[in-house]
Amino acid sequence: MDERREAGTGSNVSINSNKTNDGATPPPPLPRRPKPTSEASSGALQVGAPAQSKPTTAVSSIDIATLSFPDGSRGTFPTTAMRAISTPVPGGARSGYATPNREGLGLSPMGSNELSDSVSVMSFAPTMRPPGDLASLVAGELNKKSRAWNLLRSQSANVPPFESARTETLNNNDTGLAGFEREFDDIPDLTVSQSGEGSITDEDRLALWKAKMKHYMILSSAGKPIWSRHGDLSLINSYMGVVQTIISFYEGAKDPLLGFTAGNARFVILTEGPLYFVAISRLEESDAQLRSQLDALYMQILSTLTLPALRNIFAHRPSTDLRKPLEGTESLLSSLADSFTKGLPSALLGALECLKLRKSQRHTINNAFLKLRSDKLLYGLIVAGGKLVSVIRPRKHSLHPSDLQLIFNMLFESGGIKSGGGENWVPLCLPAFNNRGYLYMYVSFFDGRTDSTEPPQQESPSPPEDEIAIILISPDKESFYELKEMRDKVETCLTKNGTLDIIRNATRAGRPKISDIAPGAQISHFLYKSRANVQFSMSALEPSFTDLTARRRLMSLYHQLHASMHGRHSHLKVLHAVGREAASLAWITPIFELYCVAGPNISRGVMAQGANKIIQWAKREEERLFIIGGGVF
Amino acid sequence: MADSVPKPSSSVKLVLLGEAAVGKSSLVLRFVNNDFQENKEPTIGAAFLTQKCNLPTRTIKFEIWDTAGQERFASLAPMYYRNAQAALVVYDLTKPTSLIKAKHWVAELQRQASPGIVIALVGNKLDLTSDSTGTAEDDGESSAAADSGDSGDARKVSTEEAKTYAEEESLLFFETSAKTGHNVREVFTAIANAIPETSLKSARGPGAGAGGVGAGRNNEEQQRVNLGGPRDPNAKEGCAC
Repeated sequence: MDERREAGTGSNVSINSNKTNDGATPPPPLPRRPKPTSEASSGALQVGAPAQSKPTTAVSSIDIATLSFPDGSRGTFPTTAMRAISTPVPGGARSGYATPNREGLGLSPMGSNELSDSVSVMSFAPTMRPPGDLASLVAGELNKKSRAWNLLRSQSANVPPFESARTETLNNNDTGLAGFEREFDDIPDLTVSQSGEGSITDEDRLALWKAKMKHYMILSSAGKPIWSRHGDLSLINSYMGVVQTIISFYEGAKDPLLGFTAGNARFVILTEGPLYFVAISRLEESDAQLRSQLDALYMQILSTLTLPALRNIFAHRPSTDLRKPLEGTESLLSSLADSFTKGLPSALLGALECLKLRKSQRHTINNAFLKLRSDKLLYGLIVAGGKLVSVIRPRKHSLHPSDLQLIFNMLFESGGIKSGGGENWVPLCLPAFNNRGYLYMYVSFFDGRTDSTEPPQQESPSPPEDEIAIILISPDKESFYELKEMRDKVETCLTKNGTLDIIRNATRAGRPKISDIAPGAQISHFLYKSRANVQFSMSALEPSFTDLTARRRLMSLYHQLHASMHGRHSHLKVLHAVGREAASLAWITPIFELYCVAGPNISRGVMAQGANKIIQWAKREEERLFIIGGGVF
Repeated sequence: MADSVPKPSSSVKLVLLGEAAVGKSSLVLRFVNNDFQENKEPTIGAAFLTQKCNLPTRTIKFEIWDTAGQERFASLAPMYYRNAQAALVVYDLTKPTSLIKAKHWVAELQRQASPGIVIALVGNKLDLTSDSTGTAEDDGESSAAADSGDSGDARKVSTEEAKTYAEEESLLFFETSAKTGHNVREVFTAIANAIPETSLKSARGPGAGAGGVGAGRNNEEQQRVNLGGPRDPNAKEGCAC
């Protein structure tokens, strides 16, 4: 990986030196800013928490201006100053160069690339860059009129992100995602292999196991294995034992182990009472991100057992095998883990995604929902294809995203409920609501009940996208028939006023496309989080990010951006990172968080314009994209 | 055929009980959708499904509670079998412990459920035994396996053992395969036939009398006839599924 980066920089330098020969004064090499060694910075995400908290992304906020928005908020804003065309700080968001914020320089927000002669060009250059990079910036600026350069630029600016990773399959090893499409394959059982091919030995299985890029393990503090994403417990029992020994060694020293690195794998440990959760990742996620994933697994266990029950089990017999009480929920844990491994924007942002609907339509749905509400109801939700359509709730209570994540996982990611085909009545604990007791959840899929629609659903490859579910949650375990009646009434009402079809069409329409939002913008994908609503919107993954590896690559970039923005010691508002494969922009204000990704050659100005268009769109469509308030009773 | 003639129809609440992973949901899926899924994920909580079953003289609308088999859901079971007119207690005939669990469920039902409840003991996964593999796929009649007993590879519970127990406890008894569909409809038809007329609350019209079969010994007679085979084709036709 590092070698390639060096090569990239090298070639870049040579191009630039040609240009500097054309007339510009070669910039004197500037002293390097004290920074993490290239080793540490390139491996920052594996190295761990301390490195993590530093900005791990190439920041070049040469010209950042503060803008006031119509809503009164202020945001900092990268302007079109220096062309960042040929600054392939290789490895994208991982090079670890940072530039101080230059807000105070009093540059005009736009058009500051017309540097006056009285100002030294060098004084505006990002002094933290290595000389080669610097040369490219300056040279690019001074030579941008050159015909050949323009030609080159016009071609290269349209390169989509991750193009090289897609085309250079040979080099896939460098991207670290080789074999990611096999990440979710099962490791064959020994019994199967004995009777079947007979060729798979324990060593082969272990090799398959080790090839996985992400592992999750749950074990009890007594060392009893509880769950592991990959490999049956007989295969990895000894590894569980090693993990337990390491963790308990530090526990004994009253200095709990939080994480460590071995090779290119990062180990993160979460201890919750009698349970140890371990995440092992080679996907370059930050400790905080991995820990929140482990926390979600813990929440899933609490959702099955409740906290008092979990405590009781271990208070009476610390050596209890928790597999028995958790029996049947392995698939829920696995589907949760897999959605993290695939990259789940809602988990990354801690926010919900809503179905885009007209305000009046959502209003109609909410009102029908509220009007037909059963007395026993606590929460009512309508969900389509994993996106929230409508929610009604008591005034005193709101729904926590982590609880909804568990529900969505149960409904849309694991087959336990969906495949049954009927209506479901599920006792579950929503830990963020109350981890001490059960609620009862009525679930019914609007499409799944009539038998006639069953066969076409099975034929279509992506049924979850079209499925509309109604979820009614009550504290009363006897309220099934009341909630069922409510469901039937709601369905009748929504069918009659046409909103069920509207939901269906909106679901089929999919996520917003960038070509509609910001025509001409070369941004390939974005995530927009409305901080006040704890909701997010994202552009369609089609066509570039549909396959597993491409999607993971995108999500990894978002994870890195997010980690850089939210590092403990980083006070960033805008971050523009250019890598060999993609350019990305993160922008955080009190109102929103925006993350967007474009091809590696897009200029900062174009990217900023695109980002602005997205922001304006989100502002304009806010009440369609997000559920504001919801139905309250 | 019979569908066009209005017949008295009545709802029957039926609950499925049994150890985890014996195939309760698969039996229901076969009965309701005539479908089968390999490696079906465990039921969470309970699922509620309905399916009509047309008998010669009446229509039975089954309201099926397919419960999760895991131990932690056991405390919720009374909610499902309360007021139930029928119960399917399922075991896996490749797993002896599942029959023990089934016996516990039968005992609990006899103790706690409605007195007239019709209980069927069902040994599922017949496709895993060698005595069924050859025949189950083409026709359901000949493979009843009633006396071929314990000759199958994976079979661990002999037909004789389960059948004797079922007779002692006055239960309907079937061995089924949700995978091949063998005997699945027959179970539900037999239950529909075994529901006592008097317990059909919503039964309308006078014509319902003929098909009524009492509980107890009569059930077994009925069930034996089914097992023997000759009635099976009729039963299949009669069921609107």
